[in-house]
Amino acid sequence: MSLDIVVCIKQVPDPQHFSKITLDPVKQTIRREGIPAIMNPLDRHAVEEALRLREKYAGKVTAITMGPPQAAEILQDACAMGVNDVILLSDRVFAGADSLATVYPLAAAIQKIGKFDLVICGNESVDGATQQVGPQLAELLGIPHVTYVNKIENFADGSMTVKRVIEQGYLKIHLQLPALITVVKEINEYRLPTVMAIMEATCKEITVWSNNDIHADGEKIGLDGSPTNVFGVFEQKSTRKRNMLKGTPEEVAKQAVQWLRKLEAM
Amino acid sequence: MEKVTQFQELWIWAEQRNGKLMRVSLELLSKGRELAEKLGVRLAAVLIGDQAEAMARELISYGADKVHLVEDARLKLYQSDVYTNILEALIHSYSPGILLLGGTTIGMDLAPRVAARVQTGLTAHCVDLTIEAVNGQPKLIGTVPGWGGNMMVQISWKDRYPQMATVKPGVLDKPVQDEGRKGEIIKLQPHVKDEDFKAKTVDLVEEKIEGMPLEDADVVVAGGWGMNAAGGFKLIGELAGVLSASTAGTRPAIDAGWMPEEHMIGSSGKTISPKLFVSLGASGAMHFTTGFSKAKVVLAVDKNPQAPIFDVCDIGIVGDVGEIIPSLVKELSTAK
Repeated sequence: MSLDIVVCIKQVPDPQHFSKITLDPVKQTIRREGIPAIMNPLDRHAVEEALRLREKYAGKVTAITMGPPQAAEILQDACAMGVNDVILLSDRVFAGADSLATVYPLAAAIQKIGKFDLVICGNESVDGATQQVGPQLAELLGIPHVTYVNKIENFADGSMTVKRVIEQGYLKIHLQLPALITVVKEINEYRLPTVMAIMEATCKEITVWSNNDIHADGEKIGLDGSPTNVFGVFEQKSTRKRNMLKGTPEEVAKQAVQWLRKLEAM
Repeated sequence: MEKVTQFQELWIWAEQRNGKLMRVSLELLSKGRELAEKLGVRLAAVLIGDQAEAMARELISYGADKVHLVEDARLKLYQSDVYTNILEALIHSYSPGILLLGGTTIGMDLAPRVAARVQTGLTAHCVDLTIEAVNGQPKLIGTVPGWGGNMMVQISWKDRYPQMATVKPGVLDKPVQDEGRKGEIIKLQPHVKDEDFKAKTVDLVEEKIEGMPLEDADVVVAGGWGMNAAGGFKLIGELAGVLSASTAGTRPAIDAGWMPEEHMIGSSGKTISPKLFVSLGASGAMHFTTGFSKAKVVLAVDKNPQAPIFDVCDIGIVGDVGEIIPSLVKELSTAK
């Protein structure tokens, strides 16, 4: 048995710098200048799981991302982890898409890659966090999906058994291949690439596709193809008391406890 | 948008597990009722399961005018392919204007698949849904937490139906039950073939959680990335101990492995409304703060005086969490 696996990854702003992100109230766009960009943390677990499956059953792992040209950085990252091929899907016509308009180009690109047994995504991104891309991509590819996967229990030719977490427990699911799964953090501990691997990875060739290469339906992509759009942005006015306490740690602790009593919070 | 009012029904998807309705499905009925009355349409629930008629009656008692009830022994557990097929068929038969789903781990699996199947818009994690008059026509507007700062983003749907949204558990209030309420139950015989189950759920295992669920705790102490320099989880636990509180964390704190995923607060975690919420070493990104906006009192500690957390707190302390928390622990233990 040999597996062809596609991993979808996304470049996101580093969550440790989220508080520096602001919205431009006039243009209603996100201002993220100077915020470091990283591979979405759960996508690293997705890459790891693909590599482990390849190590066990042989085959090939292709990582794909959609984004601006600088998103190539995370593809180099994926190369350093050990994937075989990387594809950057980049075209201005894809910009401004909601989740449904995002999956059309992704699905078209995966179909262009050709035969695949499994698609793996992170369960959600730290920026949009909608969890919608995985199931919607599976729908467009016409394959079954399972989200929140925390364990691949069994892998046989043409099918697999997975565990997926629910609020208090889990579901066990038999899945026919080809299929798509989205993974949560508990599925594995991902590898850290060696310095050598990182240096070699920068030399790897990145395939870049625009919409001329994949021919996604122009009516269904980008801002105009999105079935939802931003209607407005407003500032959330907080009605909290905002009592700022001043003094030494001992003094503020004393005041804090007095306030908690007064506000009947204890 | 005058099209919306031509629709007869507004739908919620009622999720059941092991023959019990999820609380969020009842919560959706309160918002559903409000929106349906504004639009002058009926509020209907879609319920899929096995021998589920008692649950259908329960949905009516909580405000549904009508329940589309789909029963089959093979549908007792959630089945992503077949549930999608059923919702697609029902949507084509009844053309609902709006479809709301609870943002549980299963609702978040089903909603996007259905939206892609019927080619419509879906907005995740709405904290509010309203009908606004735009050019004299009613328009559905969803509010979702935006990036950092105190921004909320309003999302609208283009003219594709149903307009779909997910709302997380705990965001909406559960309506009051009226056992005498009357409603209609429409039973539907699904056309389900065994080969349709390409992703087949074969088992549901419920695990007992230790201690009190986060959602029911009176006091919650949460840590953010700023706890890193102070040694992570240990100090959070100490303060939680003297306050008899449950512990929680921001996304970066959970990612750092200080506590399990179920303890995450915010738009991709839980939404809670405790009497007291204590935020330690968290800057206060909207993705986090939206999870406790309904707390009665918020106490925040962070070293950065400009951190947005101080805009959403009642009591704020600027300082080193490594110094402030031990003082608080000491003060609280002696004050008992």
